Amino acid sequence: MNTDEFIRLLAADAPPVPARAMERRFALAVALGLAGAAALMLGVFGLRRDWDVVLALPMFWGKFALGGSLAVLGLAALLRMARPGMPWRRAALWLALPPAVMWLPAGLALAAAAAPERLPLLLGSTWRSCPFNITLLSLPALAALLWALRGAAPTRLAWAGVGAGLLAGALGVLVYALHCPEMAAPFVALWYLAGMALPTALGALLGSRLLRW
Amino acid sequence: METEETLRAWLLQGLAGDAEAYQRFLKALSAHVRAFLRRRLAQRPDDVEDLVQETLLAVHHRRHTYRPELPLTAWVHAIARYKLVDWLRARATKEAVTDPFDDGADEFFAGADDEAAMARRDLGLLLQALPERQRLPIVHMKLEGLSVVETARLTGMSESAVKVGVHRGLKALAALVRRSAS
Repeated sequence: MNTDEFIRLLAADAPPVPARAMERRFALAVALGLAGAAALMLGVFGLRRDWDVVLALPMFWGKFALGGSLAVLGLAALLRMARPGMPWRRAALWLALPPAVMWLPAGLALAAAAAPERLPLLLGSTWRSCPFNITLLSLPALAALLWALRGAAPTRLAWAGVGAGLLAGALGVLVYALHCPEMAAPFVALWYLAGMALPTALGALLGSRLLRW
Repeated sequence: METEETLRAWLLQGLAGDAEAYQRFLKALSAHVRAFLRRRLAQRPDDVEDLVQETLLAVHHRRHTYRPELPLTAWVHAIARYKLVDWLRARATKEAVTDPFDDGADEFFAGADDEAAMARRDLGLLLQALPERQRLPIVHMKLEGLSVVETARLTGMSESAVKVGVHRGLKALAALVRRSAS
């Protein structure tokens, strides 16, 4: 077909684009991801019961700070990755900050502990299941975010998958903290990060396959 | 050609629902995209127009990803580049099955009176003497103007292997030219 003719066809089918159409789609994906994670958490793991004690523990809020800050920074980076030509590397670098901050109290706690207590601080009693539980809770968000990205235009597909996986992991952490009984900073610094690393790697694998346009 | 500022204004009017402004935007954009692709697909002029349309279609379908604060050039360039690399990759997979230099054979006599075509053909023959890990990086980077990262993705080689391939390949080519001259 002649290109001028082609252009006329395209222009004839160009309804107005709602403002912030892309942001709305990503907001919906985050909401769906959180709702899916909450449903899974209640159905599979159950809420903690000792709320009177837990709410007073700094580490309970520390987990939310970790997951929440990574979610906010991750969403900001992902929205940049979803637009062609938008620089995103600097925004992505900020994502290193929350884990680094998390390792400060973790390192202090390890340094203060006697040698035989260090390993228990790191392993807690649920280290075998914690990363996989977080990964499970992050799957609804990962699926929803990949769907949102398919409606956008990422040009580095594997990296966009990484961004989606990390954000999904952070949302998984936010919900898993409502169940998780572990309260030692070293445990959180190690296994919560591992729990977010798994969906991140999964996102990288899926991104290059599912996000082509 | 219209300036970026004009094009941007037409696009923004188009996004708000002004079909006429949007058509003017696409028309002006097509000239820029065509020029961009012609420079990079000098070897395959016949495919340029297909890819122009493909790029315009992508711009059209993804027009909601444009933000007013984003330079229009950066946005369009990223889309055109993505479509070009995607197309080259699809083509590379297809040509891996057949012989990539076969479909150049029938152009040999067609372009015989054209010095540029002759030079390209000679270069093609010389390149054929190189192993693939040197030939592909040179073809993609030096002839098609892709970046190291894009070439690495296209060929499945690591970025350092691409750089090494270009470096050694150019050295080997220089040696070949010297030998055939003496």
